[in-house]
Amino acid sequence: MTNPPLLSVEGVSVELPTPRGQLLAVDKVDLEVAAGRTLGVVGESGCGKTMLSRAILQLLPKKAALSGRIMFDGQDMVQLSPEALRRLRGPSLAVVFQNPMTSLNPVLTIGTQLIETLQAHMGMAAPAAAKRGIELLAAVGIPAPEQRLRQYPHQLSGGMRQRVAIAIALSCEPKLLIADEPTTALDVTVQAQILDLLAREQQRRHMAMILITHDLGVVAGRTDEVAVMYAGRVVERAPTTTLFSHMRMPYTAALLAAIPKLDSPPHTALPAIAGRPPDPTRPLRGCSFAPRCSRADDRCQAAKPPLDTADHIGGQYACWHPLQPAAVARA
Amino acid sequence: MARFVGRRLLYLLPVLLAVSLLTFLIASLLPGDLAYAILGDQATPEKLAALRAKMGLDLPIWQRYLHWLWDVLQGDLGRSFRTGELVLDAVLDRLPVSIELMIMAEIMGLLIGIPLAILCAVKNGSAIDRFFTGFAFANLSLPSFMVAILLIFLFAVQFNWLPATGWVPFSEDPVGNLRSFVLPALTLAFAEWPSLMRVLRSDMIATLQEDYIAMAKAKGLRPARILLVHALKPSSLTLVTITGINIGRLIGGALIVETIFALPGIGRLLVGAIYARDFIILQGVVLFVAAGFVIVNFIVDMLYGVLDPRIRHGRA
Repeated sequence: MTNPPLLSVEGVSVELPTPRGQLLAVDKVDLEVAAGRTLGVVGESGCGKTMLSRAILQLLPKKAALSGRIMFDGQDMVQLSPEALRRLRGPSLAVVFQNPMTSLNPVLTIGTQLIETLQAHMGMAAPAAAKRGIELLAAVGIPAPEQRLRQYPHQLSGGMRQRVAIAIALSCEPKLLIADEPTTALDVTVQAQILDLLAREQQRRHMAMILITHDLGVVAGRTDEVAVMYAGRVVERAPTTTLFSHMRMPYTAALLAAIPKLDSPPHTALPAIAGRPPDPTRPLRGCSFAPRCSRADDRCQAAKPPLDTADHIGGQYACWHPLQPAAVARA
Repeated sequence: MARFVGRRLLYLLPVLLAVSLLTFLIASLLPGDLAYAILGDQATPEKLAALRAKMGLDLPIWQRYLHWLWDVLQGDLGRSFRTGELVLDAVLDRLPVSIELMIMAEIMGLLIGIPLAILCAVKNGSAIDRFFTGFAFANLSLPSFMVAILLIFLFAVQFNWLPATGWVPFSEDPVGNLRSFVLPALTLAFAEWPSLMRVLRSDMIATLQEDYIAMAKAKGLRPARILLVHALKPSSLTLVTITGINIGRLIGGALIVETIFALPGIGRLLVGAIYARDFIILQGVVLFVAAGFVIVNFIVDMLYGVLDPRIRHGRA
């Protein structure tokens, strides 16, 4: 990598106060995304991937404590003034949220919500912004865009709403798009369409993208690099093709095994990961995955494995007893 | 939209009918004989019986109700037996005063309540928030006659800026008219803004947690636009309800404030009617006020539809 990355997250931790004590939602995460590249962030619910995305956007809850550096386009996001951040959001950094049922304002028309963004950043007058809005809606595959501008979110289906949210996110030509589980709330039939739309727009605009998901299958063909998160940490990170061919971290393998497969015979039990993630208000001394891991021994209980480059081809993993590449052929 | 309004109007009819029945029953069931009240204690039984027959007081109560309702529908609310004044005229005479007072009080209440609510919601949990929430609570527990006396003492007696009592018609002296309303309206506003502020504050705090507010921030909108366009509108349903209830209540005049400031509004008409045992005026005013209340709330229902398109499109 010759150019400095567009986004680099350096040792970022997020702590949230809860009635049961401090909750370490994100634990010293390092990530990089180069311009025009895509990063998949994968992990189960509660692993801190949404908090990480909120940290990058500087949209954390007021009480959250953030440490570390988030360099975006040469500036430290943590140090920026609210006004500088405001100018960055939209034209440089945009987001598609998980649930299009709640991320669009129910009392404002689609047109208002799309056009206000253009007016805020692109200095467009209302008629020009409306014209651009229609083009954007058409570009994300919304039929009859002129009429949609006058409609309210509740008049559109979930898939259509997510397309609107994507059109809003793309409206100011961002350099980085964060898609936080963009298809989790949608019907299965619509999920692939939305993911393909995101991939197409990412390529066409040469935009960097962080695709956050709990589904390894989603990142498989659509990202350049994957970071697997568990209990607030990145536990494995590798170029996507390497990850799937040379998986080292037992958690990643278990996550992949837990995806239902079309070719398995009917009524096969799904190899779900036993147990639950550790309580984030009571961090473990050793590896967070040890209590659920079949390969764990005393060393795993005693010390946290660092995220290491060791012998991973082009990647990193945090495990004392990594899988041998051959052993993962079909986890 | 037309169908929505039409359906709501249809619901309005049985409510208004029930209001008229209740008004009639309350006035009829009040202790005291109307004929006796009119003729006084010197009246002979024959005279009383004759008057009762003339006024239809000897008929069964349901017949009296139907007669009265028929008259009301034709715009005849009866005549005061003391002054001979038509009830409708008496009400319409005083109504502009009460409405002007109500409008000024609501505007002042909203002007104080809305900005404070937004401020406290944004600074939720801070010292500013705690101060104004506490101040609102303290304010809420001050009775309006106390506030009125304090305001009179301060602005009329100490500074001599505003008249303490009295009223001039708008047509004679517009400025004087408005000046005479400032202190009474402010007194009422002091009772209004705490509740307005408290409901808007808590609704706004809830709205600010919504995904679409995070989305609006992520779009890089200005904070003022996020608060006033994205957050205020969806947070104002309860505010509109409370305002509607307050307006409905104030259409009936503000008994205490109108009395203290000597404003010739509906409230004073009502107080006068009660003192004089003038049941006809009393019944007419109560009916008028109750109907006004119902109609204001109908308008509030309509406003819900304006504020929230999901209600307008029948998918609440």
